[in-house]
Amino acid sequence: MKDQNIKKVLILGSGALKIGQAGEFDYSGSQALKALREEGIETVLINPNIATVQTSEGVADKIYFLPVTPFFVEKVIEKEKPQGILLSFGGQTALNCGVELYKNKVLEKNNVHVLGTPVQAIMDTEDRELFIEKLDEINVKTIKSEPAESLEEAKEAAHRLGYPLIVRAAYALGGLGSGFVDNDEQLEEICEKAFSFSPQVLVEKSLKGWKEIEYEVVRDKYDNCITVCNMENFDPLGIHTGESIVVAPSQTLSNKDYYFLRELSIKIVRHIGIVGECNVQYAYDPDAMDYRVIEVNARLSRSSALASKATGYPLAFVAAKLGLGYGLFDLKNSVTKTTPAFFEPALDYIVCKIPRWDLGKFHGVSRKIGSSMKSVGEVMSIGRSFEEAIQKGLRMIGQGAHGFVGNKDIKIADVDKELREPTDKRVFVIAKALSEGYTVDQIHQLTKIDKWFLGKLENIVLTNKNLSEYNDIKDVPAELLKLSKQQGFSDHQIQKVIYKNSEDTAFANQAKVRARRKELGILPVVKQIDTLAAEFPAQTNYLYLTYNGTKNDVEYEQDGKSVIVLGSGAYRIGSSVEFDWCSVTCLQEIQHQGYRGVLINYNPETVSTDYDMCDRLYFDELTFERVMDIYDLETPHGVVVSVGGQIPNNLALKLQKNGVPILGTSADDIDKAEDRHKFSSIVDALGIDQPEWSELTTLEDVDKFIDKVGFPVLVRPSYVLSGAAMNVCYDEDQLRKFLVLAAEVSQEHPVVISKFMTRCKEIEFDAVADEGEVIAYAISEHIEYAGVHSGDATDQFPPQKLYVESARKIKKIARQIASALNISGPFNIQFLAKENSIKVIECNLRASRSFPFVSKVLKINLIDLATKVMLGLHPAAPQKSAFDLDYVGIKSSQFSFARLQEADPMLGVDMSSTGEVGCLGDDFNEAILKSIISIGTEIPAKRILLSTGDPLEKADMLNACRLLAQHDYELYATGGTYKYLVENSIPCTKVLWPSEKDNPNFKGKFKPALEMIQNKEVDMVINIPKNFTDTELDNGYQIRRAAVDFNIPLFTNARLATSFIRGFCSMSMDDLKIKSWDEY
Amino acid sequence: MQNRKSATLKLANGMEFHGWSFGYDGPCDGEVVFSTAMVGYPESLTDPSYSGQILCVTYPLIGNYGVPDEGADANGISKNFESEKIWVRGLVISEYSFNYSHWDAVKSLDQWLKEQKIPGIYGIDTRALTQVLRENGSMLGIIVPEGEKKDFPVADPNLENQIAIVSCKEVIRYNNDGQPRKKVVLVDCGVKHNILRCFVERGVELIRVPWDYDFNQLEYDGLFISNGPGNPEFCDITVENIRKAMEGDKPIFGICMGNQLLARAGGASTYKLKYGHRSHNQPARMVGTNRCFITSQNHGFAVDEKTLGKDWEPWFVNMNDDTNEGIHHKTKPFCSVQFHPEASSGPTDTEFLFDEFISKL
Repeated sequence: MKDQNIKKVLILGSGALKIGQAGEFDYSGSQALKALREEGIETVLINPNIATVQTSEGVADKIYFLPVTPFFVEKVIEKEKPQGILLSFGGQTALNCGVELYKNKVLEKNNVHVLGTPVQAIMDTEDRELFIEKLDEINVKTIKSEPAESLEEAKEAAHRLGYPLIVRAAYALGGLGSGFVDNDEQLEEICEKAFSFSPQVLVEKSLKGWKEIEYEVVRDKYDNCITVCNMENFDPLGIHTGESIVVAPSQTLSNKDYYFLRELSIKIVRHIGIVGECNVQYAYDPDAMDYRVIEVNARLSRSSALASKATGYPLAFVAAKLGLGYGLFDLKNSVTKTTPAFFEPALDYIVCKIPRWDLGKFHGVSRKIGSSMKSVGEVMSIGRSFEEAIQKGLRMIGQGAHGFVGNKDIKIADVDKELREPTDKRVFVIAKALSEGYTVDQIHQLTKIDKWFLGKLENIVLTNKNLSEYNDIKDVPAELLKLSKQQGFSDHQIQKVIYKNSEDTAFANQAKVRARRKELGILPVVKQIDTLAAEFPAQTNYLYLTYNGTKNDVEYEQDGKSVIVLGSGAYRIGSSVEFDWCSVTCLQEIQHQGYRGVLINYNPETVSTDYDMCDRLYFDELTFERVMDIYDLETPHGVVVSVGGQIPNNLALKLQKNGVPILGTSADDIDKAEDRHKFSSIVDALGIDQPEWSELTTLEDVDKFIDKVGFPVLVRPSYVLSGAAMNVCYDEDQLRKFLVLAAEVSQEHPVVISKFMTRCKEIEFDAVADEGEVIAYAISEHIEYAGVHSGDATDQFPPQKLYVESARKIKKIARQIASALNISGPFNIQFLAKENSIKVIECNLRASRSFPFVSKVLKINLIDLATKVMLGLHPAAPQKSAFDLDYVGIKSSQFSFARLQEADPMLGVDMSSTGEVGCLGDDFNEAILKSIISIGTEIPAKRILLSTGDPLEKADMLNACRLLAQHDYELYATGGTYKYLVENSIPCTKVLWPSEKDNPNFKGKFKPALEMIQNKEVDMVINIPKNFTDTELDNGYQIRRAAVDFNIPLFTNARLATSFIRGFCSMSMDDLKIKSWDEY
Repeated sequence: MQNRKSATLKLANGMEFHGWSFGYDGPCDGEVVFSTAMVGYPESLTDPSYSGQILCVTYPLIGNYGVPDEGADANGISKNFESEKIWVRGLVISEYSFNYSHWDAVKSLDQWLKEQKIPGIYGIDTRALTQVLRENGSMLGIIVPEGEKKDFPVADPNLENQIAIVSCKEVIRYNNDGQPRKKVVLVDCGVKHNILRCFVERGVELIRVPWDYDFNQLEYDGLFISNGPGNPEFCDITVENIRKAMEGDKPIFGICMGNQLLARAGGASTYKLKYGHRSHNQPARMVGTNRCFITSQNHGFAVDEKTLGKDWEPWFVNMNDDTNEGIHHKTKPFCSVQFHPEASSGPTDTEFLFDEFISKL
């Protein structure tokens, strides 16, 4: 039973979202907190990720927006004096931090008990050598692996084992710094990187082509074990599980295989001594019953979040309870509420997880996928056939695919090579190969993907071919139409293959398919996910739609008391956990107001898709077709499209045209803000200033416009998501190149170019309006000048350096726009400010990325208010004094460049950050230090490498450099910067650019900058790109990239670097106050 | 698109489910039951406990890994199956995988069903069917491919002695190589081959006797009563034989039907469950302990715990519905379980029970 001595528990969050550690830990942390609070235990959470649900009011008792590092956690422990700590709910970050606290005896000294899996067990799984020893004890096979602590040792090991090999860094997130090597040269390359992250690398025999299978195992302290779910990777071993398409349950394992590996999993978990949840990964021989254990994750993981969503079994919730001392037999199955948590879910559907990559957003990154994770998010699709699940899933990833077939033709020079060396496009290469007549056997030979999966994909291609024989939906036999729906074809895919040269729009043809389907009674049915495959009655609200069935599990009330909230889909660059917070908050308020909250979303990493967050959860597509299907079933009071980011926003107009009541701002008004042309004329009519712009249709028009305004210009399509396809062009050449790309990105909407304003402040205005009247707002200010995407910029709230006059103007303009667009609900406007001149650059009639940040800093929940507005409740405006704050919040962006090999870690108008943190401080310096430390940047100890850009920026940074010198930092600078600093009497040492290192005039006299980075002789690199032309980039690129590869903090923006330097020169770590959110 | 032939599953309550025919192209009848196991169709189909039944599998994708070789080992025990043939009378699934892929497979499920003359039907909403069976209880059904004429009434397999059909007809010995070994008499009520394997691998000499054979005349160290299909009330002869054995002190162990027969021999009664337990995920707790096990199950009848005699105690209990999962004698080494420690198909958590039994011999 439960340990009664535990009254207060500290839980460590995972910090900012990054590649390899994303939203899944908001989900697991939130579940753990729920489990603890249910027991009446006081909870304390440390997590600087302010956009998460777990850091919301009422989820934990005390929330600290502080870095999850031993330094800060120790201070929180000393202050809060908890009896217990949970380490396994905040990913690798929390686990590593916990292990360090344990080793430093901080936990012991403060009498804090680690709940759940003991730290020794964690260390046994994290240290490869210990891990292998541990499994050797019970004769369980691991991958033959040799640790090496130097390149020489690694080479010796490699020669003993023989190539091909895999090299991994120990103690690293999601395969960071690991890769396959075929020869000494590749080995040297990868070891160099790996050693910068970890003192140890592991050289292992490669098992490329084996199956990869995972089991999620739960164990209680009484030694009872269950495996909640197994999963099979579509992609064979060699591709990181985070980069693989994954299905659950396994599809190609026989009973013998399945239970052989299950038995092993339990044996391993018992031997290691897990208490709670853990994940066992296997390499499994496709030609025999042979296996190797790849790894054991002694914590909640991305896979466990997926397994929870795949089965309906709340792993994190149960793991937290087990940590308190419960047995599995004490706990109930939270779906059936009557049967115990000690059982293994039986699925009667298949789920398919597909990763989402955003590699197109990075300059120079390799698109190949392999043993290191690069994907930024994932989707989970549910169906009753593999074809149905994978086609749904491929649409869900939201990168323009309509399914497995029916997509824009991709051009592949060498199909064989692309199949052999997979990239992020691999599944579409398979489609291409099948359409070109490759056989399943041939594709299997090249990809090693199991023929079962390939055979299923071939079925889709066959059906597509059969459909293509018809030219009118009326001629398609009902049986074929039904089969295609059962194989996951969307109405759009069907119209595309049938109406080859139609004069009607795709949307009109899609409507014909839909109408015909309805006429024939070919409709999807709603099925429940009930953990027991219908064996027991279950009142579950966790639902999906399928065409492989004849009966609906749900009876609808049809009382107009449901409100459907459209969620935000896959996490990707530009849309992530912040919209999940918005969705969850909105649902809670909907329920609070007596409506039924219904959510549609398909992201397994989210809290919103936790089935107890709403009254009905449709884990399904956010397409027009599927939303209409659900709308027809639910006949709701209305649909909310403004809290899930751009995906629902883009559906608004189509839905409204089809009779769906959109709550809040009307779809026509949303369109007026989205369509640049319409928006601009409104702004002009209101007499509001905006950067000069023009709609681009011909090249002559462009030239004329450029003649008028001059370079640089900003080029972008009218429907914008996170700056996708947006770019600044500095000269003619860049402009020409980019226009070709932009035209490819969106043909439905014209491309717009505008004058790019330099050295302007960028201001965000987040607000809620009711029938055109602003009732609450938050003005925040970027630290960087405009030109850094708002999702990458560092945001300060309240603004610290904005003129009162500017703020007044901004409020006035926002009121005018709100009124003109008759806004009812959340909205965001972005402004440029230079002196006191204010220009509008963009307006979104939906919640923006910064809503959770400003809501939490302000302590006024803007989504709550917006939801009330959308429900027509006309909430009162908060009192004026509520907007007057005695503290500062700073939101910093987290980048994942370390994982994106070869990408240039430079910031621009296209967004590249993967996550963010938000910290509070009594003043600006305190807030910025906490915030920047939270994204993993340490205050430099001694040496700083500087290249401070063009003359203006050199001047911008002069005072900061002086400050560094005064604080006894050793400065190293490349040519121009060196000269400038010396002229200004700042002592520094000259170092060489990469291009200068072989110059006989310098060689031997000065150290090359790259060498200093590679030898870790500097503690921080400031590299401000001079301008963005290609020729300037190379030298800087090498330095920036090296800083990332060798894990040295890098700043590429003068204003941000200056702020940070001022911060750490004004106070030390010990000056940073340990204050919880409610103490501000 | 494949050329598909339609087929209909008709239930005794008049409901019809339309799908497509696969496997043997002919009609069949039986008691329709569902199993929520996600893997193990070759094992389930050959499990004699399914004799007389049409099996509905709730997992929708079936046939993925084909069917392995049907050969037998040196002892005459099937290498991959649970008996020499398919006992299920018909198979109902949602999606049949025409392509299969597994190193161990030699043919497709479709081909195997054709060879064994077992009809299958796919394209059925097996979840909806399961809900019907759950609410109404298992019921009789027929599978009728297009063009076939078959209708109700059909014989109720529960009124026949299925055990007499599936049991061996003469005594078969395993591991009788003259080596000194413990001897176990196995009463075959429809024994799964993995039970044979579990004993043979543990070095026991096994004497497999027909269900109605009077084994008390044999010389043995322990008695084992196997699983089997249908209603235990048909086995009064076996119960009588067990009673005789219980007069002595030799260890007795039973599985599934064996649990029900041992309970009856001890004076308890059995009853039919509404829809039985057929799955790989049944939780069983050892009574009076914190030890819990995930078990494989396949039965439609259960022991009524309230009727257990004073010398008996419940040993395991089902954590989902509190039904009996095993009994043991308070003083003598007699015990049995309702679940399948031999697994196959299913989880192997309780295989140690064989070791415990053998250690008592």
